[in-house]
Amino acid sequence: MGRFVVRRVLQAIPVLIGVTFLIYCLVFLLPGDPIRALMGEKQDPHLALVLRAKYHLDDPLVVQYWHYITGVFRGDLGTTYTGRPISDIVSQRFPVTLKLSLTAFGFEAVIGILAGIFSALRRGKFLDNVVFIATLFLISIPVFVLGNVLQLELGVNWKLTPVAGIEDGWPASYVLPGLVLASTSMAYIARLTRTSMIESVRSDYVRTAIAKGLPRRRVIGVHALRNSLIPVVTFLGMDLGSLMGGAIITERVFNLPGIGGQLAQSVSLREGPVIVGLVTLLILIYLVANLAVDVLYAVLDPRIRYE
Amino acid sequence: MTIIEDAVPAPRGSDEETAPLLEVRDLHVEFHTREGVAKAVNGVNYTVSAGETLAVLGESGSGKSVTAQAVMGILDMPPARIPRGEILFRGQDMLKMSREERRKIRGAQIAMIFQDALSALNPVLTVGYQLGEMFRVHNGMSRKDAKARSIELMDRVKIPAAAARVNDYPHQFSGGMRQRIMIAMALALEPDLIIADEPTTALDVTVQAQVMDLLAELQREYQMGLILITHDLGVVADVADKIAVMYAGRIVETAPVHELYKRPAHPYTRGLLDSIPRLDQKGQELYAIKGLPPNLLHIPAGCAFNARCPKAQDICREKVPALFPVTEPDGTELPGRGSACHFWKETIHG
Amino acid sequence: MSEQIIERPVPADGPTAKAPDPGGKPERVASLWRDGWYDLRRRPMFLISGFIIVCLLILAVAPGLFTSRSPFSDGFCDLSHSMDGPRSGHWFGYDVQGCDIYTRTVWGTRNSIIVGVVSTILTTALGGVIGILAGLWGGWADSLISRVSEIFYALPILIGGLLIMSMVGSSNVWTVAVVLSVLGWPQVFRIMRGEVIGNKYNDYVAAARALGAGPLRIAFRHILPNTLAPIVVVSTMNLGVYIAAEASLSYLGIGVQSPDISWGLMISDAQDRWLTSPHALLFPAGALSLTVLAFIMLGDVVRDAFDPKLR
Repeated sequence: MGRFVVRRVLQAIPVLIGVTFLIYCLVFLLPGDPIRALMGEKQDPHLALVLRAKYHLDDPLVVQYWHYITGVFRGDLGTTYTGRPISDIVSQRFPVTLKLSLTAFGFEAVIGILAGIFSALRRGKFLDNVVFIATLFLISIPVFVLGNVLQLELGVNWKLTPVAGIEDGWPASYVLPGLVLASTSMAYIARLTRTSMIESVRSDYVRTAIAKGLPRRRVIGVHALRNSLIPVVTFLGMDLGSLMGGAIITERVFNLPGIGGQLAQSVSLREGPVIVGLVTLLILIYLVANLAVDVLYAVLDPRIRYE
Repeated sequence: MTIIEDAVPAPRGSDEETAPLLEVRDLHVEFHTREGVAKAVNGVNYTVSAGETLAVLGESGSGKSVTAQAVMGILDMPPARIPRGEILFRGQDMLKMSREERRKIRGAQIAMIFQDALSALNPVLTVGYQLGEMFRVHNGMSRKDAKARSIELMDRVKIPAAAARVNDYPHQFSGGMRQRIMIAMALALEPDLIIADEPTTALDVTVQAQVMDLLAELQREYQMGLILITHDLGVVADVADKIAVMYAGRIVETAPVHELYKRPAHPYTRGLLDSIPRLDQKGQELYAIKGLPPNLLHIPAGCAFNARCPKAQDICREKVPALFPVTEPDGTELPGRGSACHFWKETIHG
Repeated sequence: MSEQIIERPVPADGPTAKAPDPGGKPERVASLWRDGWYDLRRRPMFLISGFIIVCLLILAVAPGLFTSRSPFSDGFCDLSHSMDGPRSGHWFGYDVQGCDIYTRTVWGTRNSIIVGVVSTILTTALGGVIGILAGLWGGWADSLISRVSEIFYALPILIGGLLIMSMVGSSNVWTVAVVLSVLGWPQVFRIMRGEVIGNKYNDYVAAARALGAGPLRIAFRHILPNTLAPIVVVSTMNLGVYIAAEASLSYLGIGVQSPDISWGLMISDAQDRWLTSPHALLFPAGALSLTVLAFIMLGDVVRDAFDPKLR
């Protein structure tokens, strides 16, 4: 088990380095000179030189990247060109995105899995068809459309939820955005759970469980469910990263001051270090989530451990 | 204890002492598929008594497993349907029982051993858990006691170092050991009847014999009824008391085991026996029954075997043969023997 | 990580093991397509989605058939009508610039369809070719390519799109399509690679190799036909996903740029006044949802009909 985790961690490192390098290249190939842009009207050649040296801007890209990535491994995400630590921005913005993503994650896991299980157990019946049509719509309606519609209906017309912003704190301000952000994944989870559940209900070991005279509750709850959740857990773990990426749209619809809004703003302002810092953080979370899934996967499926 | 109860149903055994353990009467099973109705079992009758071993022989698709699953109550319904028939266990028709009543019989009084233990055991639960579940669910035993009993069981089926392996997962065992775990699971509550569906097919030949011997030994010890489903004539010879040969959802021949080998009374049985490779036939071409088993969606009229039968006459294409009692040429009854062939006399005596 | 899903340990003699089928390979593949097509035609969802998609294609190719106005002509927009609601002759109302929403929605179809189709083709070609090569080569080349694909896979499509689009500078439907493909190829790659590796060791491939078939012949004649079904399925499903992705990028202001028309952009423009005049958002949103729905439905039925694992 320990060796398994170590191997997975080692495999994740090249991906982290690769992604950050890719982003680094993308960001610093952006047209325009950030220092010149920073100084605006008051160009000072001397200060410009100092700043360029400080941010290693005249070094080759690979060297710049080296300075950066070693910093990341020391826990230093760097500073903006105005000297503000990026960790400062992160600590201000990140909790919003994290709360939003985790709320969404909870919704998609609970609602998605339950819908999938009931759909599988009532296969071909009314409830199954309802769930199927619901997933079709959730997948088809873009998040920003769904977000706007629900905001108008639940927030403005029925006054059930705050319309926008985070003034009401968690959970009030995050329920509706979380639900909206979760919508697409929730549908995929429901479908995946259904397929996987149907497959395991048909399996030989479930037939054995029935032949043992176990009550139906136990056959489904212990023997079928345990196996059919394995792919679902995998999807959930990989999806945590995508949720944080997708939060960028939900944050805009509901005017939440999270990472997404900051990222969009920094891209338009060409704030390279901020972009790289934030994206690196998102990727890091994605990789950690994947790692957690791998470990969980090995716990859920004992066949993996002994390969 | 005859197994020929074709047209006239035997009088109901009201007394448990004299009634057979299991009696299947005129059982029909059909599957409703997109292509039509597949008639998998078409009027099967058999009985099994305590301590007796019935071998059900047939190719895949002959209905031998479906019959067993119907007895066990594990058919998926739908698509399966049982339009007719009775399955009497200790004189009570299980098809008329409530779900809950049937569930309580499953595992506790009738248990089943499946062919491929690797897929039949749950891959993500330890064998100890899966064995212990029998005691916990049926007897309300505590987790700890159930585990102790599981270890005893594993010892009983001769799994080495049972106490150390009780927390292992099925994939960590060899094929033979896994099948022993299946046997242990079936045996856990000392059922009256065990149905073994091709219990050794997935195993190596050397292991096959060991597992078969174990099963026979345990059956003798506990005086259980055993239904052994197989397509392998070799497995049957040493273990079974009587044999029922199935073809296209019907029993085509029944006989005490050694009589069947000596004097088959149905051309299909004869074909099966002739297709066993034998050492004294070295150099000769192997015999094989020509043609393929019939499509269960369109079972031919008359005897289902007629298209493949070397003896087929016009009557075979018109009239379904009943299971005729088989006698000696002088009319002496041969107990337990029957053949569903219009020309059984020619087959057995000719 | 999902290698584990693809390469789950399968009991060698278990019922799930792919049935080796040494002879009659092309017949089996052909019958898969025939059965699939037969299956498709009888599904109402296929007919519904097919009908919607045909309508959308006609709209995309010839928007002039449905509206006499052109959104690019002088005097098309009239600020005095800004945000006016639906009325006779202007059934969808006007947007903030006083442009007729119906005409713009009709003309917006083309960009959505272009992005959907072009991204899907590019993704499939890119992922498919790289997947075949990696699967056939194996060894270190395969490992290297797989790691690279993981790097792209780790980049969420919106974040990656945001970065690349802002770097590209000029953004229009074609650059959006290219960017989506650059970010999307690992998905097809993974499936293709998995299928190639899965098929590579099948008996019929070994048989072909034993008969002296070269690697290229094996790839195209023996492996490709068997891998095509899952690729077609995933590509069909991607059509809707890419159309939605374009709208999302345009909604964020980094996709299709004004004066070019995109439903995502129209929705973004209408959002500020959504609470007071919802019509400006609802019509492009409805068109977008219906389009994505049609392609998702198509993907669903195609998967049900052609995915041999579900047969």
